[in-house]
Amino acid sequence: MAMAELIRRFGPGLGGVILILVALWIVGMVLAPNLMMLNFSLKPNLFPSEIGGPKDQYTLLNYTALFSDPVHRAIFLKTVWGSALVTAITLAVTYPLAFWMAKVASVRGARAMLIALIIPFWINEVLRTLAWYILLAFNGPLNIFLQTLGIIDQPVRWFGDTGVLAGMVYAYILFMLFPIYNSISTLETAQIDAARDLGASTLRIHRRIVIPHAKAGIATGCVFTFMLAAGSYVAPALLGSPGSRWFTEIIYNWFFEGGNWNRGAAYALILLVLCMAVVLAALRLFRVNLADVAK
Amino acid sequence: MSAQAPLHRLAALLPRVLFALYMAAFLIYLFLPLAIMSAATFNTSRFPTVTPWLGTTLQWFQALWNDQAMWKALWLSIGIGLAVVAFALPVGTAAALFLTSMNARARSFFYAVMVSPLLTPGVAIGIATLILWRQAGVSGGTMLIVLAQSTFITAYVMLMVVARLQRFDRTQEEAALGLGASRWMIFRRVLLPFLKPALIAAGFIAFLQSFENYNTTLFVRGTDTPLTVYIATKVRTGLTPAVNALALILIALTLVTAVVLELSRRRKERHQPG
Repeated sequence: MAMAELIRRFGPGLGGVILILVALWIVGMVLAPNLMMLNFSLKPNLFPSEIGGPKDQYTLLNYTALFSDPVHRAIFLKTVWGSALVTAITLAVTYPLAFWMAKVASVRGARAMLIALIIPFWINEVLRTLAWYILLAFNGPLNIFLQTLGIIDQPVRWFGDTGVLAGMVYAYILFMLFPIYNSISTLETAQIDAARDLGASTLRIHRRIVIPHAKAGIATGCVFTFMLAAGSYVAPALLGSPGSRWFTEIIYNWFFEGGNWNRGAAYALILLVLCMAVVLAALRLFRVNLADVAK
Repeated sequence: MSAQAPLHRLAALLPRVLFALYMAAFLIYLFLPLAIMSAATFNTSRFPTVTPWLGTTLQWFQALWNDQAMWKALWLSIGIGLAVVAFALPVGTAAALFLTSMNARARSFFYAVMVSPLLTPGVAIGIATLILWRQAGVSGGTMLIVLAQSTFITAYVMLMVVARLQRFDRTQEEAALGLGASRWMIFRRVLLPFLKPALIAAGFIAFLQSFENYNTTLFVRGTDTPLTVYIATKVRTGLTPAVNALALILIALTLVTAVVLELSRRRKERHQPG
C-alpha cells in the first residue's frame, strides 16, 4: 500500500529508487547486522574448521557467562548504576540552566548562552575527555590548585570512578540540556506568572507546572544521557583506573584481546537490550511517545 | 517590624545569589577544562599541562604541522565524513519521503525501526556491522567505518528532513501535476528546493557526527586510523602538546563557524522581520 502510494506520488522510477534506498538502509544496515549479531552470540566460539560440525550448536552459554563470572557481573551492574548516576547528576546540573535560558533570560542572553554551549558540543568527545585528562592528572592543575589553597596536602588520584563520572557528566551535559530547554520553551510564561500570583512557591511551580510540561524533554535528555554513558568508551579508557572498568571495555577485550567474538557479541547485545529497556521504561514512565523523544 | 525588613529583602535576594553562584560554577565547569587544554599548547613541558609553566613556546604547532600521521588521520576523517554525507543525505531523504507517504499505523512502525539506531549504543552498531561483513569476507577498514557510521547518521538526516516535510504543502505537487509537470520535474523543481535548507543543515550535522565519532569507529576501523582514534591512541603512546595544538585549532574553527552562523542568522532576521 505504501509502495502504491509512493509510486503514485513519485512515479515508478523515482518511487523505485526511494524504495531501494530505504530497503538498503533498513534491511541491509539495521536489521541484517543485528540479526547476524544475535545469531553469532548464540554460537560457541569455534575454530573455522569446526564451523558446521557437530560442535556448531545454538547455546545460551555466552549470555549466562556474564552472570556466572563475578567480575564481569560486577562491572555490568556498576555500569548500569554508574550510568544512572551520571544521568541523575547531569539532570540536576542542567535543569536550572535550561529553565533560565527558556524563561528568565532575555532572547539575546539565551542566544549568547546557546552559542557558548555549542562550542564544547561541536568539538569531539575524545577532545572533551582529553581536557579532563589533563586537568585531573596526578601532578596536574587541579591538584596543584587545591594544594595551593590548602584544601588537600597530598595530590589526589582522580583517575578512577571520580574521573569517569566527572568526564561523562561533562561530555553529555548538552544532550540533556537541549531537549529540556526546548520543551520548557513551549510553556506559556503566563502559566508561571498566574501560579505565582496565586501564591505558589517556586518549588511548587516547578513541581506542578514546569516539570510536568517538560516531561518529554526530560525523558529524552535522560534516555540519551543514560545510553551514551552506558555505551561510553573514551571516558573510562582515559579517565578510569584498573578498578573502574566499564562494560564497553570488557566487550572491546572480547573482540580485540580475548579473541572471542561470539561472547563479545552476546555482551554487546546485553548492552543494547539494557539501553532499549531504559528507553521503553522512560517512555512508559513519562507517558511520552517515540516521536517526541526523537525530535 | 522595621528590623525584619532587611532580613526579608535578604531572603528575597538569596535565590538570585544562589543562582548567580550556580551559573558561575557552571560556566567555569564548562570552559575551564578547554581553557587549560588550550593554554597547555604554549607550554614547553613535554607532557601537556599548565603546572608547572616551563616556558612559553609555539614549538608544538610546528610539531603538529610536521606530524605526518596526524595529517593522514585528518584526511582520512574528512574523506570518511564526505562519504557518509554522500550516503546519508539521499538515503535519509528517501526514508523521510517513504515515511510521509504511509498511513499512520505503518508509519509509526517504520519510524520506530528507523529511529532505533539512534537509541542503540554506538559500540553495538560497530560490532553488528563488523560481524555481518566478516561473514562476507570483508574485514574492518574505511569502507566499514563509512557503513557503520551511516547506519545511525542516516537517521539524523531522516529526522531533519521529516521535520521540514511537515511544513510542506502537498497541493503544490498537485498543482504542478495539473499543469503537466512530470513527477521527476516536480521532485526536482518543487520538493528539492523546498528541502534545500534542511538538506544543507543535515549534511553539516552528518559530517560533524562522522568527524567526531569514536565508539562505532573503534570496532570497525581495522588498522585504519581516523583522527579521533589517532588522538585517543596518542594518550597511550605518548601525549605531547601537539595534540593540544590540534584541539586549539578545532576549538577556534568551531568558534568561528558558530559566530559566522549566528551573524548570518541575524542578517536574515533583519531582512525578514517577524
